[in-house]
Amino acid sequence: MRPGFLAKNPSVIWFLLILAIFTLTITLLSHAYGPGVISTSMVKTLGKTLCLCLIAIAMDLVWGYTGILSLGHFAFFGLGGYMIGMWLMYERTRDIVLASASDFPMTPQELQDAIGSQIFGVVGSSNLPAIWSFAGSLPMQLLLVVLVPGLLALVFGWLAFRSRVAGVYLSILTQAMTLALSLYLFQNESGLRGNNGLSGLQNIPGLSADQDHSSVWFLWASALALALGYLLAAAIVAGKFGSVMRGIRDDEARVRFLGYPVEGFKLFVFALTAVIAAIAGALYYPQAGIINPGEMAPIASIYLAVWVAIGGRGRLYGAVMGAFFVSIVSSWFTGGRVPDVPLGFYTIKWVDWWQVLLGLAFVLVTLLAPKGLSGLVDLIAGLRSPRRGGAPLGPDAGSLQQEEARE
Amino acid sequence: MRKVLMTLGIFLMLALPGVAQESAAQMAPATAGQGADPQTGLAAVLARNVTKIAKPSRMTIGPVIDEIAASGPGASRFLQAWADRRVGLRTSDDTLFLIEKKGQDYALSDPVTGASAGTAPRNEISEVKPNSGVRAVIGAALVRFLLSDPDPTKRREALTAIERDGEASHLAPLRASIAQEPDAQIRLEKQRLERLLTIRFGKDAGERVAAIDSFGADTGLDLRATLNPLVATQRKAFDGAPQGNVAKTLRLGRDLSEGEAYALLVAAKMAPERISDGAMKQALAANVVNGSVGGLPLADMSDPAKRELAYSALAKAGTVAPRLSEAEAQALIDAHSYADIYAEPDAAVTKAAEAGLARVSRKVGLMQSVDLGLDGLSLASIYFLAAIGLAITFGIMGVINMAHGEFITMGAYTGYVVQQFVPDYTASILIALPLAFAITFGAGVAMERLVIRYLYKRPLETLLATFGISIALQQLFKNIFGTQARPLTSPPWLDGALQINDIVSISYIRIAIFVLALVFLGLYLWVMKRTRLGLEVRAVTQNPSMAASMGINPDRINMLAFGFGSGIAGIAGVAIGLFAKVTSEMGQDYIVQSFMTVVVGGVGSIFGTLAGATLIGGLQKGIEFLNPSNTLAAQTYMILFIIIFIQFRPRGIVALKGRAAGD
Amino acid sequence: MTIGAGTGTLLEVSGISVSFDGFKAINNLSFNIGPAELRAVIGPNGAGKTTFMDIVTGKTRPDEGTVRWGENYTNLLKRNEAQIARAGIGRKFQRPTVFEDQSVTDNLMMALKAARSPWKVLFWRAGGKDDARVAEIAAQVGLADQLPRKAGELSHGQKQWLEIGMLLAQEPKLLLVDEPAAGMTLAEREATTALLVDLARTRAVVVVEHDMEFVRRLNCRVTVLHEGSVLAEGSLDHVTADKRVIEVYLGR
Repeated sequence: MRPGFLAKNPSVIWFLLILAIFTLTITLLSHAYGPGVISTSMVKTLGKTLCLCLIAIAMDLVWGYTGILSLGHFAFFGLGGYMIGMWLMYERTRDIVLASASDFPMTPQELQDAIGSQIFGVVGSSNLPAIWSFAGSLPMQLLLVVLVPGLLALVFGWLAFRSRVAGVYLSILTQAMTLALSLYLFQNESGLRGNNGLSGLQNIPGLSADQDHSSVWFLWASALALALGYLLAAAIVAGKFGSVMRGIRDDEARVRFLGYPVEGFKLFVFALTAVIAAIAGALYYPQAGIINPGEMAPIASIYLAVWVAIGGRGRLYGAVMGAFFVSIVSSWFTGGRVPDVPLGFYTIKWVDWWQVLLGLAFVLVTLLAPKGLSGLVDLIAGLRSPRRGGAPLGPDAGSLQQEEARE
Repeated sequence: MRKVLMTLGIFLMLALPGVAQESAAQMAPATAGQGADPQTGLAAVLARNVTKIAKPSRMTIGPVIDEIAASGPGASRFLQAWADRRVGLRTSDDTLFLIEKKGQDYALSDPVTGASAGTAPRNEISEVKPNSGVRAVIGAALVRFLLSDPDPTKRREALTAIERDGEASHLAPLRASIAQEPDAQIRLEKQRLERLLTIRFGKDAGERVAAIDSFGADTGLDLRATLNPLVATQRKAFDGAPQGNVAKTLRLGRDLSEGEAYALLVAAKMAPERISDGAMKQALAANVVNGSVGGLPLADMSDPAKRELAYSALAKAGTVAPRLSEAEAQALIDAHSYADIYAEPDAAVTKAAEAGLARVSRKVGLMQSVDLGLDGLSLASIYFLAAIGLAITFGIMGVINMAHGEFITMGAYTGYVVQQFVPDYTASILIALPLAFAITFGAGVAMERLVIRYLYKRPLETLLATFGISIALQQLFKNIFGTQARPLTSPPWLDGALQINDIVSISYIRIAIFVLALVFLGLYLWVMKRTRLGLEVRAVTQNPSMAASMGINPDRINMLAFGFGSGIAGIAGVAIGLFAKVTSEMGQDYIVQSFMTVVVGGVGSIFGTLAGATLIGGLQKGIEFLNPSNTLAAQTYMILFIIIFIQFRPRGIVALKGRAAGD
Repeated sequence: MTIGAGTGTLLEVSGISVSFDGFKAINNLSFNIGPAELRAVIGPNGAGKTTFMDIVTGKTRPDEGTVRWGENYTNLLKRNEAQIARAGIGRKFQRPTVFEDQSVTDNLMMALKAARSPWKVLFWRAGGKDDARVAEIAAQVGLADQLPRKAGELSHGQKQWLEIGMLLAQEPKLLLVDEPAAGMTLAEREATTALLVDLARTRAVVVVEHDMEFVRRLNCRVTVLHEGSVLAEGSLDHVTADKRVIEVYLGR
């Protein structure tokens, strides 16, 4: 009898357990449901971090498992945020307009114009662009959260994979895509308020709860999405599909000669992970409250790769660990909460030096610990790397080395 | 001297038919007894017109001024003094003098000769104070003298004044002054100005059209400034067929909307102003009675059609002013015709002006595309400079170095630091170029030794590790140099631009960068094709183990090649820093474009990189030209183009084929 | 010899040429093989053996010529690698290429004949029949007790066998085998020979080999390639007696 899915993947149970305990603990310590040891802004930060863990899972699927180093997944994340942000902003503005209007009923056109000038006054316009046509409908915008990034990923991926762009070329191409998208959104003509972005997203229309409560609810929603995303990713990776993914990563040509349509698999993974990223973004930005094109700059997507690499790619929990650890530590350092180090002749201010530290840490991890933080789990579990045949290609025995040697 | 002036004055008079006719009668005696009688010339004219001069009015002074202007010696001095309010009337004998305050008294001088004529106490003299209108007429008359002034600077000033603010009255004196103009250059300017004035003030259409045609496709701004007002139009509504010099008959719905048409009618008082939707809403809101308005429930008022109904009900009851219904407004609109009418009444002139402008804009378009080409070329050289280092490290060695942009920044900061110590800009640049090469060469070698050599053949990991270095370096620059932009000043001989004509110009700094790009292309070709290092680099990149077995040390070669590529980035940094702001993030602005340049051009080929830079630079400028307000959009479209381009030529413009490409 | 559909030809390669930067790797090459035939292809270095395989499997596109396949006389030049593989052409590379990071079972499961589209693969679950088939193949190639191990941990020879096992799992109609004996011990070579001969009873097998001893043991028809075209064809004794073949192999 073959073992069940969970029995074969004990890490899934551990992960879900830790996530549940984490979420419960935060809830019971929050302002809304407990003594308030953890501030509401901290709850939001943790909720956002869970969303970042979700996109890290997407990144791990596409990079760690399939070997496509996409530098564009934060663009999908941002797009998801924009799509939900449009509804949040439209509905909220509509509520404000209706509340401040006189008793005399407005025509639909007047209402539309009033909302338009409220939202777009800041960029010197008053018309709602066509892309806001569905902004008044939550189901439609939720659909768009999935559809817009998904379709963009499909079109881009189809173009790129069809012409067999692979390796670093693909990375650069995805980076260019991200750059193009963020530059496009920076323009006022994009119809998404240019560099002002969308704001006031933390207020959920039709929800009377205060921020203390809604922040916890979003924490739960993010945890749920993360759990589902992890389960989905684990299910995909455990089956034959996962085998093929890793096969593509390690030797694309061989998979092709086995008869698998490699391009189709890549496209599937690319689009699926784009959708996961978009969902993560749609949950992240209501907690952040504001989204602007700067969030989608190529650098963000590279940081995503940094998280996954530091956490350990090719393992789902590694990606989560990396995203969680780096973003928490990062917000700790950049938040100015770490004491300065006086050296006498110079005082190290961590706000200034954190980036240098991160950059160097990243280089060291790439060079010395390709398994990243999840290598620690191996140490604890007592696992050892398999002995490998053939000459070593680098100073370490990372699982990816032979695949990349064949580039 | 005097004689010259006098003959000039006479010539002027003869040459000006209009003036001559008017003043012929009065001038006759003066002409007859030229030069002999003291009561001829200016003195006589002044004596005859003393009352008109003392109390001038704009309406009547014209002929007098013309007469003075034509009178001969002293005329310009007198007119100038008059305009400056330095003329006084001695009340005792009604004689005019040039006056100058001298304590409590006036110093007098003779208006004709300028010789001193003693002093007079204040109460004996009444100052002549022409109003501004009169002074303008005097000024116009003075122009004639200035145009013939012996001093060429004065003549130029007069031309500039006319050019800036020409009048019909300038035309005649200008024409008159051309034949006598000794300076060939000024004569050309005068002739040009004469034709421009003819276009505006020529007496008949034939003359004006001929003047327009004489310019051909001249691209001077002055010509365009002259022609543009001629083709200015005004949109008007007509009861019946359009009248006047019609530029274009407008069709409803196609050339103008019904709303615009109605606004024209209202402006021409051919239709009453309509009560706006907003006003209607206010009127309705003011007449809500017991939750209903005009007999309709308030809730229905969210429907525009229902609002109309309610309003007409109110209007019928006399509560509010009646509103023109849609149909009535439509009937009014349909009953009229609409056209754009030229302000210039003469159709022949407007036609010639339109044709002239079309010729000009064709030529300007051509020039602009040349200018655009030059712009594109200089942008291409910048991209090429930024990418040539990558062509070595990425193109040949296959090492993807995300910190390449930071090497560019490092070079620029080197230049900045050198300028802090060496104040002479020329010397500092000459020091900075090799120093930047040395520093970035060192940084490149250090990076290769410490990081990259462990990651050869693992491009994705190289990408990530070098990206880590890039973040660290960027922040390091910020910590050292701060976030504000640092200046890197170019030597003075690079300031300014090579002006080819009104439209086409190119700044020297861009020429210098173009030359630098060519130098680097040459250097690259020389190093790769003619030196031992180049040979060994090619050997090592093609087959490291074979190269090693032939006695080449691959480690050493990789190190040197990487250092060379990084060093070139440093020099590019100095060059780019000369015209761009030196900030810690400047490298980021070039890194994606640089990679694009190499990829689009074709990895491994320097001519590919050149072609890639040309394509990307030209394309970016081209898109910016089509959408000038928006460089962001230009970049967006350019990147999209590149993504699509890669689809069709995944290996770039200059593609290596076959086994060499690693098939 | 007449060629075409219905004459028992499985693969028909006719008049193909390909050049890399002016170098003609394949020059007007024609080649046929029947549905159940063992064929050895020999030739000196640079004769175009590997390029020939690349063309048949879709990795390289020829400049001219046609490649036809099967009963429907399908034009293979219009197919990509994956489609050709699905049509029933399996390929074994010179160096053993197995997925070292995955277990022997996973390697074999991946190769097992089944639907290959992403959607179908996503919902594919191994059934009892699949487990049995994997076990059977593993036994056939002598890896029955290695199933849970990672492929990277196997010896060189075991990897060769695993790769052959993966080929078997694909159930191809035509097997292209590139130097199977390279790096094998004598005993392994003999086992390989036996296996190839056995396989050729039910399908076509093309073996590219340098080693004349190995070819002699295969005891089959031999095609000699030289400078990108067929120099001679026939039994090994026949071709080794050919003057031109001797000249090519020994003359220079």
